[in-house]
Amino acid sequence: MAMAAAAPTVPICHGRRASPCSSKQVSVSVSVAMRAWASKSSSLSSSSSKSPRLVAAHATAVATKEAASTTSSSQGGHELLMFEALREGLSEEMERDPKVCVIGEDVGDYGGSYKVTKGFSEKFGSWRVLDTPIAENSFTGMAIGSAMTGLRPVVEGMNMGFLLLAYNQIANNCGMLHYTSGGQFTIPIVIRGPGGVGRQLGAEHSQRLESYFQSVPGLQMVACSTPYNAKGLMKAAIRCENPVILYEHVLLYNLKEKIPDEEYVCCLEEAEMVRPGTEITILTYSRMRYHVTQAAKTLVDRGYDPEIIDIRSLKPFDMYTIGESVRKTHRVLIVEECMRTGGIGASLRSAIMESFWDELDGPIGCLSSQDVPTPYSGPLEELTVVQPHQIVTAVENLCGKK
Amino acid sequence: MQKPPPTHPPLPSRLLRPLPFLPFLLLRLGRLILARPPPVLLNVVSSCCCVACSSPPWLPSPLFVSRCRSLTLDGPFLAPTLVARVVRKLSFRCQSSKLLLGAGCVAGKKAPLSSGGGNVRGAVSASKAVTEKPNSGSKSDKADLLVTKDEGLELYEDMVLGRSFEDMCAQMYYRGKMFGFVHLYNGQEAVSTGFIKLLKQTDFVTSTYRDHVHALSKGVPARQVMAELFGKSTGCCRGQGGSMHMFSAEHGLLGGFAFIGEGIPVAVGAAFTSKYKREVLKEEGDMPVSIAFFGDGTANNGQFFECLNMAQLWKLPVIFVVENNLWAIGMSHYRSTSDPEIWKKGPAFGMASAHVDGMDVLKVREVAKEAVERARRGDGPTLIECETYRFRGHSLADPDELRAPAEKAHYAARDPIVALKKYLLDNEIATEAELKSIEKKIDEVVEDAVEFADASPLPGRSQLLENVFADPKGFGIGPDGRYRCEDPGFTAGTAQV
Repeated sequence: MAMAAAAPTVPICHGRRASPCSSKQVSVSVSVAMRAWASKSSSLSSSSSKSPRLVAAHATAVATKEAASTTSSSQGGHELLMFEALREGLSEEMERDPKVCVIGEDVGDYGGSYKVTKGFSEKFGSWRVLDTPIAENSFTGMAIGSAMTGLRPVVEGMNMGFLLLAYNQIANNCGMLHYTSGGQFTIPIVIRGPGGVGRQLGAEHSQRLESYFQSVPGLQMVACSTPYNAKGLMKAAIRCENPVILYEHVLLYNLKEKIPDEEYVCCLEEAEMVRPGTEITILTYSRMRYHVTQAAKTLVDRGYDPEIIDIRSLKPFDMYTIGESVRKTHRVLIVEECMRTGGIGASLRSAIMESFWDELDGPIGCLSSQDVPTPYSGPLEELTVVQPHQIVTAVENLCGKK
Repeated sequence: MQKPPPTHPPLPSRLLRPLPFLPFLLLRLGRLILARPPPVLLNVVSSCCCVACSSPPWLPSPLFVSRCRSLTLDGPFLAPTLVARVVRKLSFRCQSSKLLLGAGCVAGKKAPLSSGGGNVRGAVSASKAVTEKPNSGSKSDKADLLVTKDEGLELYEDMVLGRSFEDMCAQMYYRGKMFGFVHLYNGQEAVSTGFIKLLKQTDFVTSTYRDHVHALSKGVPARQVMAELFGKSTGCCRGQGGSMHMFSAEHGLLGGFAFIGEGIPVAVGAAFTSKYKREVLKEEGDMPVSIAFFGDGTANNGQFFECLNMAQLWKLPVIFVVENNLWAIGMSHYRSTSDPEIWKKGPAFGMASAHVDGMDVLKVREVAKEAVERARRGDGPTLIECETYRFRGHSLADPDELRAPAEKAHYAARDPIVALKKYLLDNEIATEAELKSIEKKIDEVVEDAVEFADASPLPGRSQLLENVFADPKGFGIGPDGRYRCEDPGFTAGTAQV
């Protein structure tokens, strides 16, 4: 029941590689990133402040593209919060393809526990936005069965941690069935939901499932971090023929950003350049991107020049973007919210060492969360997660004090 | 001279005679008043014993009326001949066909294949349906036959194919042609044939690790199944699935699952697609139906209950078929299940359910027909418990020491193929020669399958990475900037991914 992949009719934004891409999208992406770097970590303003050094850096970083207008405000666009961006992406895909449906708890009448599917029930009907009973294993399996027989379901886990109950179906069926059936069935499913450490949500609601699922063959995993890439990755994941897990973060849903009016899709396998630099490559994803950008302000003040890359694609890693950066800076620091043991950072570290050993001037640093069930109490919870001052210290240790 | 006193029976016993029917009559009256059919479960304990089989009542004999809201064939009123069967629940291993469907369901009219039939006495049944004629081997009228000649031969051929194929699998396994876990279906052919031969190619089936015969019944060529077992690239899954993962997109076989319970949500998902295509995409035509086959052990698994709930909630066109062969490897069903009667779990969700003699392909077929028609009409799912038995161990590695020889002998005497053969011959539906020719043909088919599998090539190294992703861009971007699947070594299976 393989579905023919729809040929993309909109430009797919490729950041760094020589691929057809409108320079406008690229500049929007980078300028958004620069604004993110320039502002506080907790929210983004829509001001277009940027330093001249960054503009020059932008012109060199995106080497294959002509330097174009660096702000999106001149192109129009509209401002929205990240959960609205996810909603917009999902809505556009559901309008485009009637086989796309949403399956999950409270996605219909309630509008989604984080309001990502608000209004969908009235717009698309209750068969397309299916409110399920609390049975993750079975409704994920049901989504897999329906994907095998022609639909394109989007499964929402109310919290990513609940998908541990669906691990059986995700590992055994979602990832494997295309292979064990000899390629006869495709499973174009998207599994999405909020994860990560929130504000004192307790241990079970603060889990990072990317480490558990990364070993499952046949799955792709992406993590969104801005409204722009949230919408783009949502659309790309729905159009992809592979099963994709899209990780959102509970604390990022209220990020505000201006995104283009015209349709765009992000590349699932590519990383995103947040801040070009020369001295050290900092690889991060999801919420830690903002801790890193906050730390980078301090670092720049102290004279460092970090290059920040949001890896976005947790499985597979974009070894080209990472490699180009390592060749330039020769030092790597990974900052992640995953647990220390067996996390994304651990895999990334070994992948970089394997491919770019000769380029490295020193050991790869990796800052991860503590191997501790996330405590409820605020100060303790802060201690389990990487904080900006720790990032500053780590960079100073890797690059030498200035 | 005084007239002799009237000779009617003593008053008390005459008054007591309608007593067993009273709850039922009150119910009918209540429904007439309310004019809508609430789901009702009545238990009336009766003291009569089962005479249909020789074993003593396993349970105190209850009468059950299970009426399901979803069965709307006759509206709020139940036609007399189609009234909810009040069937005596006697011994758990009763040989008669026990159908507990609500309105609109057809019970098995005859049970000609069961030996030792007797009448189910004592229970009220407004219809004549659940009665067994003593099987004296006499010919029935043509009009009473359950199958036409073509159908009978088709069923026979399918069951013989299943049996011969499984026997050949055992031989091949012991000769070292296949490895791993191989679970054979000997003895359970009636369930597979009875259900799957009613399906169309567009209908779906999910199975368990005991899936060879489901694949064959669904139409997957024996050659492809055997080649898959041998691990050859010409197998139905290119050698990548194996014994426990038979898939066929062409024939609607959605697998083949090694973990129990895993296939049930997949079948529910396929049923969801059927319903979605009708409700949202407004597709016309017959709604494809899904059947999930699984065992008694699975009926204790969470996914089973979750799926019963969802399927009934959304009235999905799925049929849950429990192949109750009493044993989950070495765990007896009675030791692992608080209430061993699996069919009873359907009404707890408001679902129509049935218990059928799974060693009798014609009974299975009758129940299956009703269930498939219900599903296709949009009346929702059915749970059917088939009492069956596997003649071999759980797998070819199972020493099968725990099952009592008497139990095995009891079921060996109820071999479904032998029973169907007897029925076809006794009722002059087919001749001995025709059946022999079918057996010969099947032998040739199975031999040919082995030869084909032997001669087929093993998968090459290039096949290793091919089906991991539907879109091989999922392997990511390599250090050189190209997608890894663009690496020339990818098709040779040597690319670093």
